Amino acid sequence: MMPHWLDNFLFTYQSLVYSLGVNALLALAMYVVLAVGQLALGQAAFMGVGAYASALLTVKLGAPFPIALLASMAAPALLAFVIGAPTLRLSGVYLAIATIGLGEVLRILYLNWDFAGGALGLNGIPEKAGFVWIFGTLIVALVAFVFVSRSRIGRAMEAIRADEAAAGVMGVNLPAYKLAALVASAAIAGLAGAFNAHVSSFIGPNDYGFDQAVTILSFALLGGVGSPFGPVLGALVLTALPEVLRPLHDYRLVIDGLIIVCVVIFLPTGILPWRIGRIGARK
Amino acid sequence: MSATLLSVEDLTVRFGGLTALSGVTFCVAKGAVHGLIGPNGAGKTTAFNLISGMTAQTSGSVTLEGAKLDGLPTWKRTARGMARTFQNIRMFREMTALENVMAGAHLRTPESFGSILFRLGSFRAAERSAVANAMDILDFVGLSEQAERRGGDLAYGDQRRLEIARALASDPKLLMLDEPAAGMNPSEKIGLIDLIARLRARGLTLLLVEHDMHFVMKLCDRITVLNFGAKIAEGAPAEVRANPTVIEAYLGAKVARSLETRA
Repeated sequence: MMPHWLDNFLFTYQSLVYSLGVNALLALAMYVVLAVGQLALGQAAFMGVGAYASALLTVKLGAPFPIALLASMAAPALLAFVIGAPTLRLSGVYLAIATIGLGEVLRILYLNWDFAGGALGLNGIPEKAGFVWIFGTLIVALVAFVFVSRSRIGRAMEAIRADEAAAGVMGVNLPAYKLAALVASAAIAGLAGAFNAHVSSFIGPNDYGFDQAVTILSFALLGGVGSPFGPVLGALVLTALPEVLRPLHDYRLVIDGLIIVCVVIFLPTGILPWRIGRIGARK
Repeated sequence: MSATLLSVEDLTVRFGGLTALSGVTFCVAKGAVHGLIGPNGAGKTTAFNLISGMTAQTSGSVTLEGAKLDGLPTWKRTARGMARTFQNIRMFREMTALENVMAGAHLRTPESFGSILFRLGSFRAAERSAVANAMDILDFVGLSEQAERRGGDLAYGDQRRLEIARALASDPKLLMLDEPAAGMNPSEKIGLIDLIARLRARGLTLLLVEHDMHFVMKLCDRITVLNFGAKIAEGAPAEVRANPTVIEAYLGAKVARSLETRA
């Protein structure tokens, strides 16, 4: 089915290729909240909820993989819906801190939850997700993002990001849009978590904390948030960079960091500053 | 005169110890151009913010077409037929002029989430008619040539007109303009006076805050004067400019005389 060279490449770089796809999905989860001007950093936490929900289903209950995937979206989406009401009253840094707090609360919860493996995490997760699942989902998600961007909803979202109060005066239901963005973000991050769990065979309570939250934010910052492609590109670059720089041996992380610093300083709107149009059909 | 569209009753707001607006009452008749004037800090923009729902009042009430709006958020008031512009232009700067107007038509663009995701015929039809409608409005305010330019890149006077176009896109009954002529040169002002006359001819009711007295006296049917958060006078332009309290608090004798001679 696949050409020989691709097969070979995937065999050698399998885990890197999977990470590219998973991180690209996480970048989209980050994008959807930034697109309505919300600095909500709960994606790592939602990823964890999705990973645990799906892995518990497949490992402990022997559920079919598609069911586990649905649960990996539904569980974090529900959580986002519940915490959305109080947290979306916050804005800016306060929202960021509150959502990072969510990740820490969940980490302690996983640590003390024996059924979910406690500090040891969950082992032996079946490797059900693969190239087709991950990249198929990524492509479908990207197309959906582009379609939504170029519509009434995309215009309302950009209006909120540009000037929230003015968007409200235009008739945009601000709380509904912000909550919907958070729920969508949670569902996508949860799905990415499920894919990650089902290619790496192991998940632990410390995989979804502050570090991961900041890493996901950096995808969007590096790529730029003018279009859904920016964060995806940012994720691809940041994920591939350490591998590409491998020949540099000990200097690898130095150069890696240097590149990121340079982009932030010299390209403040990201490496892909292009802004997506907002009209879906003209003639 | 005809029926009342907007009525503001005993409207009061306090910010801590400061009473920004105290017991202001006035009515705007359907189809009228109603002016709200007064010195800086008199509470004109505060009144706009209370009427449009951007600030919550301490007491009093706002009624549109007989229905109380108190407690409703801005977007629900927009759905009831209210639209406004801002004293400090609040453009969606990165969006094109056309997209800005289409964003203003948010409530009048019937596109369901499903129709957007699957690019159904109903979505395409709604989008095309939204583009056509927005182009009509841009044409009406004289900005059709600028449709594809970034809102933030337009000249100052054009940005003011684009804000009016964006507000018109929601097809309001009441349009509130907060200092529409501010920063405009004389020829732009003449264009604006013409635009407002055409808006009124369409049957729109206007409430406007403005400092250019010739502009106000020329356009308004009725004027409410605020000073230190309270109403000090109300009436037709001729009554207001002859009112000694208004002359003392705001106009000054010289301006009052010049308005008299021009009238």
